Amino acid sequence: MTKPLTAKDFATDQEVRWCPGCGDYAILKCVQKTLADVEANPDETVFVSGIGCSSRFPYYMNAYGFHTIHGRAPAFATGLKLANPELDVWLVTGDGDGLSIGGNHLLHVLRRNVNMQIMLFNNEIYGLTKGQYSPTSRPGTRSPSTPAGSVDAPVSPCQFALGANAKFIARGIDTDAKNLSPVLKAARDFQGAAFVEIFQNCIVYNKDVFDGFVAKKTAADTQLHVEHGKPLLFAKGTKGLKLNTQTLTLEIVNVGEEGVPESEILVHDETNRTMAQMLINLPMGDFPMPLGVIYREPSAPSYDAAFWAHHATQGKRTGKVADALRKGSVWRKS
Amino acid sequence: MAKITPEDSAVVVRFAGDSGDGVQLLGSQFAESTALAGADFATFPDFPAEIRAPVGTTFGVSAFQINLGARRISTAGDQPDVLVAFNPAALKVNLPLLQKGALIILNTGAFNARNFAKADIAADPRETGELDDFQVIEIDISAQTLEAVKPHGLSKSDAEQCKNFWALGAVLWMFGRDRGPIKDWATNKFAKKAPEVLTGNIAALDAGHAYAETAELSAEIPQFVIGEAPMEAGEYRSITGAEAISLGLAAAGELAGKDILFCGYPITPASSILHHLSRMGDLGVATFQAEDEIAACCAAIGASYGGKIGVTSSSGPGIALKTEAIGLAVQTELPLVVINSQRGGPSTGLPTKTEQSDLYQAVYGRNADTPVPVLATAGPGDCFDAAIEATRVALRHMSPVFLLTDGYIANAAGPWSLPDMNDYEPILHGAPPKPVDDPVALKKAIWDRSGESLGRPWVAPGMKGLAHRIGGLEKDVETGDISYDAANHQKMSELRAAKVAAVAKFIPDQHVEQGPLKGPLAVVGWGSTHGAIYRAVSVARAEGHDVAQIHLRWLNPLPKNLKELLAGYDRVLLPEMNMGQCATLLRDKLGLDVVQFNKVSGQPFKVSELVAAIKDSMPAAQAKAAE
Repeated sequence: MTKPLTAKDFATDQEVRWCPGCGDYAILKCVQKTLADVEANPDETVFVSGIGCSSRFPYYMNAYGFHTIHGRAPAFATGLKLANPELDVWLVTGDGDGLSIGGNHLLHVLRRNVNMQIMLFNNEIYGLTKGQYSPTSRPGTRSPSTPAGSVDAPVSPCQFALGANAKFIARGIDTDAKNLSPVLKAARDFQGAAFVEIFQNCIVYNKDVFDGFVAKKTAADTQLHVEHGKPLLFAKGTKGLKLNTQTLTLEIVNVGEEGVPESEILVHDETNRTMAQMLINLPMGDFPMPLGVIYREPSAPSYDAAFWAHHATQGKRTGKVADALRKGSVWRKS
Repeated sequence: MAKITPEDSAVVVRFAGDSGDGVQLLGSQFAESTALAGADFATFPDFPAEIRAPVGTTFGVSAFQINLGARRISTAGDQPDVLVAFNPAALKVNLPLLQKGALIILNTGAFNARNFAKADIAADPRETGELDDFQVIEIDISAQTLEAVKPHGLSKSDAEQCKNFWALGAVLWMFGRDRGPIKDWATNKFAKKAPEVLTGNIAALDAGHAYAETAELSAEIPQFVIGEAPMEAGEYRSITGAEAISLGLAAAGELAGKDILFCGYPITPASSILHHLSRMGDLGVATFQAEDEIAACCAAIGASYGGKIGVTSSSGPGIALKTEAIGLAVQTELPLVVINSQRGGPSTGLPTKTEQSDLYQAVYGRNADTPVPVLATAGPGDCFDAAIEATRVALRHMSPVFLLTDGYIANAAGPWSLPDMNDYEPILHGAPPKPVDDPVALKKAIWDRSGESLGRPWVAPGMKGLAHRIGGLEKDVETGDISYDAANHQKMSELRAAKVAAVAKFIPDQHVEQGPLKGPLAVVGWGSTHGAIYRAVSVARAEGHDVAQIHLRWLNPLPKNLKELLAGYDRVLLPEMNMGQCATLLRDKLGLDVVQFNKVSGQPFKVSELVAAIKDSMPAAQAKAAE
């Protein structure tokens, strides 16, 4: 019996080269610890990435790793997973890699439901190319390419995922390993494409852009940690989300003596697509940020499983080319 | 009419009609009967670009051409000797292709004002004199067919559908072929349809045959005598290039003991490979239709990384999109087979027309110094061996390999001598190393390349104790770690070049297919011009010209002896269906100047064009011209 692996065993001999203070360090540690916790086998674990700061991730994980080309990681990972469905595949991407140049592939890996974990590090900026605005940047973002502020409307990663028919959608924060790790474990357990948006702080080009809900001091009031079967409460249980049945919208209400009884608070049902949509669409700032597993539809078959189940011989070689050549009309010359 | 034995032992027949007239089926069944009679043949289907063009229009005309002979047949023929035209549009489109004196069989049932209008024909061509140079037989095939199938109770439209069988019956009689095998085939084909579909078609077949036989009494319809062609003993079947490439890939998988994962995206004329492979699941093949060309290539590379043989395929525009990913396969030293079914370009160009369009793209078309081995198929049957060879090189050298074919080869068919799978060597690759505890020693073992091929061991995720990282960044030559070191990049660049150069150690010396080993003129070709050049050189040689034929399979690297071989000829003529891409390559790699002969019309070379070019290029003719 070999001794169980620790987080350190999942680190490589490569020097980590992100900027000091980058949120990626925290995510790396969290993933290494999570893999140790679930007793993952490095020989059967693969990290696949595209291009960008986040995509350096595979080099730092003691597992198999493939740092591919910009935006296309989902396609490489799909081919890999079809070649060997036994592998535990983790996709690492960012808001630029996954939603700009690679938006097409992200759409298809989600709708196909290929069994893998997709971690999208969202920092609302292009880091590796030195600070240009990204497709998730808020309007008015000043950057080297938009000195007067960006004008285009951003895409919400989770809205995109839901629109692509993703079957698992979750959110976490880079430095909040306590809550991120269980989300990653749930993603790993999910038999399909598990999409996890991780709010990641780019300390150089977009510092503290998520402070509105990430800052420790105000976190209790600005974060909503959703849990299946539990009421949507925050601010230490003093506030909650209630469904306004007249407007079909969620509203913040006080809970308890000053407000409504807890029974009137909406109970999180992670299998409810409509609820997921409402949670994902909550306007940032006015509402707390929903975190945790927002949507999960576990009954859907994964693409890789269905691909081989529908294959003519379930992937087994039963025929010979010599016979196949002779199918149909064959004549002899003597 | 007397029986005709053609002077050059071959006849070119062309069937033409609306897309719905069943001319492709008619042509392929006629080819089948030709095969069974032991004659050699080459076929070429000429589909309209539109999917369902309006009935009766010129752009809806579908045609099938077959050249059959009692000698070796290497092209589908320059000019038809016989045209069967099912409607006025088919006559209008195909008349310019015919040689004077050709026999035209017209379905007069379709020659009416309505169809003339649809085909934009002002006056009935039978009355304008434009058919005076031809031998015209008018038969109301539509009415004859309806009459023949009447007792079988088919609807009028179903009954009309039988007219290709009627025509087939007549043509079978003209060539003295047996109806039996066609009936057996039809019985099988229509097994799941209503019984009257089979009986109606058989009745039409018999009626057409009987009509031709009876008409012979009035000396109307000639009979052609095309006997057996000398061919090596053995088993044969008819095969298209797309089928042969697909079977070749399956065979490569079998020889390597690895499964094939083919990742493609629909594009003309490459899609037929995806279609054929999707029906070869039992041969260790699986197919994935990706969301786009880029994803198809990336998924194939992902499959190779995962330990299956990744294959992707497209045509020029799609290959352009795959280019960045191919560079990654070079950089990470992963095997990949990239098939390019070339078509007319640039941009969308002429999707259904053939062109040797993408040699530059294959050899030179990537960012940075990113060499990739390139080979080309010479014809439909050759696709089988070419696919095996491409895969063999991809696995031996751990590199992407370009396999060039084209729309003409993909769709053309001819008899193919069935290979014996026992004649092929197994396909080998570098075996994964044994795990070691020292991480640096492990990395070195993973990148420990073969001294001869420079291929590295193929290590796939899931293998115990061999976890490592690969990627597109430049890597250390020994450990595979990311490296920005100047001397290392120099070494890696040289290694990538040396690896492709090393392919030449394993490929046979260039041979001369016909003609002298040294002499006044060599015609050099590559790809699908093979058949036309073969015939043209044979004809020129028979007329006393001392010309040689050399056909290149490998374009990158070129065979080791090529430079020396070509130096033995006073002149080298290079016919290409492009503006001179291979000519550039030979100038670049061999420092050799060649006489270009370029045709970029979307049509294959005619033998007559090549014969004329050969004669013009003979030193004697050149000397005369200089006087």
